[in-house]
Amino acid sequence: MMTFSRLKTWLILGVVALGAVLCVPNLVPRAAVPEWLPLRTINLGLDLRGGSYLLLEVDMNAVVRERLETITDSVRTRMRQGNYGYTGLAAEPAARRVVFRLRDPGQGQAVVAALRELTQPITTGLGQSTPDLEIAAAPDGLVTLTLTEAGLRAKATAAVQQSIEIVRRRVDPDGTREASLVRQGQNRILLTIPGEQDPQAIKRLVGTTAKMTFHLLDETAQPAPGVAPPPGVQFLRGDGGRGAEAIYPVRRRIEVDGANLSDARAGQNPQTGEWVVNFTFDSVGTRRFAEVTRNNVGRPFAIVLDDKVITAPVIREPITAGRGQISGSFTAASASELAVLLRAGALPAPLTVVEERTVGAELGADAISAGLISVAVGLLLVCGYMAIAYGLFGWFANVAVLVNLLLTLALLSLLEATLTLPGIAGLLLSVGMSVDANILINERVREEVRNGRTPLSALEAGYTRAFGTILDSNLTVLIKMALLYAFGTGPIAGFAVTVSLGVLTSMFTATMLVRLMTAKWYRARRPSALPV
Amino acid sequence: MRYFENGKLRLVPDGTRIPFMRGRIAGLVVSAILSLASVVLFFHPGLNYGIDFQGGIVMEVRTPGPADFPGLRAILAVQEVGQASLQQFGSPQDVLIRLPRQPGDDAAQQRAIDRVRGALARDVEGAQVRRVEAVGASVSQELFQGGMMALGLSMLAMLAYIWFRFEWQFGVGAIVTLILDVTKTIGFYVIADFQFNLSSVAAVLTIIGFSVNDKVVVYDRMRENLRKYKTMPLRDVIDLSINETLARTIGTSLTVFLAALPLALFGGEALREFSVVTLFGIVIGASSSIFIAAPILLFLGENRLRRGSEPVSVPGPGGARSGKVGN
Repeated sequence: MMTFSRLKTWLILGVVALGAVLCVPNLVPRAAVPEWLPLRTINLGLDLRGGSYLLLEVDMNAVVRERLETITDSVRTRMRQGNYGYTGLAAEPAARRVVFRLRDPGQGQAVVAALRELTQPITTGLGQSTPDLEIAAAPDGLVTLTLTEAGLRAKATAAVQQSIEIVRRRVDPDGTREASLVRQGQNRILLTIPGEQDPQAIKRLVGTTAKMTFHLLDETAQPAPGVAPPPGVQFLRGDGGRGAEAIYPVRRRIEVDGANLSDARAGQNPQTGEWVVNFTFDSVGTRRFAEVTRNNVGRPFAIVLDDKVITAPVIREPITAGRGQISGSFTAASASELAVLLRAGALPAPLTVVEERTVGAELGADAISAGLISVAVGLLLVCGYMAIAYGLFGWFANVAVLVNLLLTLALLSLLEATLTLPGIAGLLLSVGMSVDANILINERVREEVRNGRTPLSALEAGYTRAFGTILDSNLTVLIKMALLYAFGTGPIAGFAVTVSLGVLTSMFTATMLVRLMTAKWYRARRPSALPV
Repeated sequence: MRYFENGKLRLVPDGTRIPFMRGRIAGLVVSAILSLASVVLFFHPGLNYGIDFQGGIVMEVRTPGPADFPGLRAILAVQEVGQASLQQFGSPQDVLIRLPRQPGDDAAQQRAIDRVRGALARDVEGAQVRRVEAVGASVSQELFQGGMMALGLSMLAMLAYIWFRFEWQFGVGAIVTLILDVTKTIGFYVIADFQFNLSSVAAVLTIIGFSVNDKVVVYDRMRENLRKYKTMPLRDVIDLSINETLARTIGTSLTVFLAALPLALFGGEALREFSVVTLFGIVIGASSSIFIAAPILLFLGENRLRRGSEPVSVPGPGGARSGKVGN
């Protein structure tokens, strides 16, 4: 046990040196890192560098409602094409279905066959596919189209993926802000953005659906509170100019959709100096917009954003160039925000923030310095105790503790793990736990010496016997931390990572490295008594 | 007692023969009373759940001068955000505002944050919102379930591990001790009025890890001594093993304590509760190895781990030691 081959010695020292080298990229600027070194560094958690952690939930009810509305529209079209008589066509979002009643129940089978074209196949593993809609006709003429579980799941997946893309374009259009967007569970998205940010602005960008549509107004309808709008018309609120609120009778029919925009930029009206958003349509949008404006010169049309009328100007002349302008009491900031939203596109469904954790960069910096002071003082106390209690062997353990810290940081860099404030606490606790191995060994050696063993045989026995205990006690800690990692989020998972890595590396430093030091010392000195 | 030997600190003198098992009843009774009291405290007044598990909003605000608490209370009272609680957080400039979970959906939480932010920006000059945490109803429920799952599973994992590595009496002894440790920690949370959050679960798991670690070391020695001294009564084997590992138990507890102490002192408000609880747990874990885990083992193993182990007074631990068994 107390002899090391030359190869083994160099291997142990090599691991230590490798650890030191792997820590280098954390200390020097990125450009100064030599090319042969992996450019892997420890990430600082949001609680240390400041930033926002937002857990967003896709409103699945809205997704279902929208899908059912589309189905309702398509059913209406099909029934008209097939000349089938029906009544009571309605979407029932709670039951995830669309129902209607046939005038002639005998047409049931024919109608089901005609509507089957509306279903979309969903691939469910192993190349099998199931329809996203279940269509059934009852003998009494009641036809139901129900969204299947598979269809719903596919819709959720599509909505989440689309939302991730759009949110990314909104909050990190240039990809320079290190925003991370990850799907969590069935219908959630975890958004993290590090650094000094305005969390309120990010939440506004995320919380707006930004569905923009262009509608004509129904000039005959008189919107008033308590009056039901005529069919095909909805009363929407909007800015009536000079801060007053107005209600507009907006036709439901969408003339042009915001999805047909190709660009949107904030700008200033050269005459009035007022902030506006200039937009450009793509080819389809340009054609539709030209058509609408040509046929409706002199009539007002409304630009509707998320069920709110932003502006309702009167069309003065046909607009064929595919360009337009939205004005309406914007500030520089709100105009550029709307431009970003329009460029990124509309979310398929509203997003709600279900969990928020934002930390200012300054608070994060305070946390780092508090953490570093704690680590320094803690190291000093632990090393001081070991030196006083075990003398030379305590110093060996202290060297091992420092190497342990170095190797833990090296592994954190290699894994590109995230260091959080609880993670720093874990680092320090693992220092306290890692000297446990040396305390076990030293106490054991001391006992063996008392039992009358020679120095060499006491050392051998101490290391051999203590090892099983060390293994046992470290394994129990590792089991704990694995569970904590599995169930904890963010900062807490960071705690589990640093403690686990600290304990793992201590198995190497506290036993192997200290044993090497002890063996070299023993061979050099050949002491007649051990300094324990 | 000599605390220094060969110029080195010895907290535990060599060759102690403290008859720990003589105090086994007292140890168990005291522990049981403390744990029972903790269980009572858990139900009344009850654990102070933080926003992770209950939902709600926490905002850390720094004001340019010492915070004007009555003024801030008055500002918050008219925001219709429920009963706000304010607390100094570290320096007198820093205030922690806690808001209950807002009735309604998750959007209501965000509206409350907006209102408070707006009011602070308007009415408190130079106020700076340094941190905001908001957890909604569904997420807090999931976090709670996850946290409890982690605690429960770790207990089971410990039971399984010790059962696998030792005889079943050791496993039962360890798990009963852990339950007693955890209940006391919960009681400490109630008495100290600390928030029970996700980080508290981490603290409890750390304490469990440390405590089990300690039990493993003592149990390891007991098993070794059971094999070594084939005729020694179980009671004496346990006393001998505790005495032999006493220096290590105290040394390791001390180093972990020394490592965690600066976190409580300098680690900032965010880590203070976590580290104070960890310090408490280190003391609890170390003492429970001696006063709880060992007596339980003695009760469970009296006639199983060693046949015919009537308490014999003649071959005490020291006596057995002189008849050293070499290997």
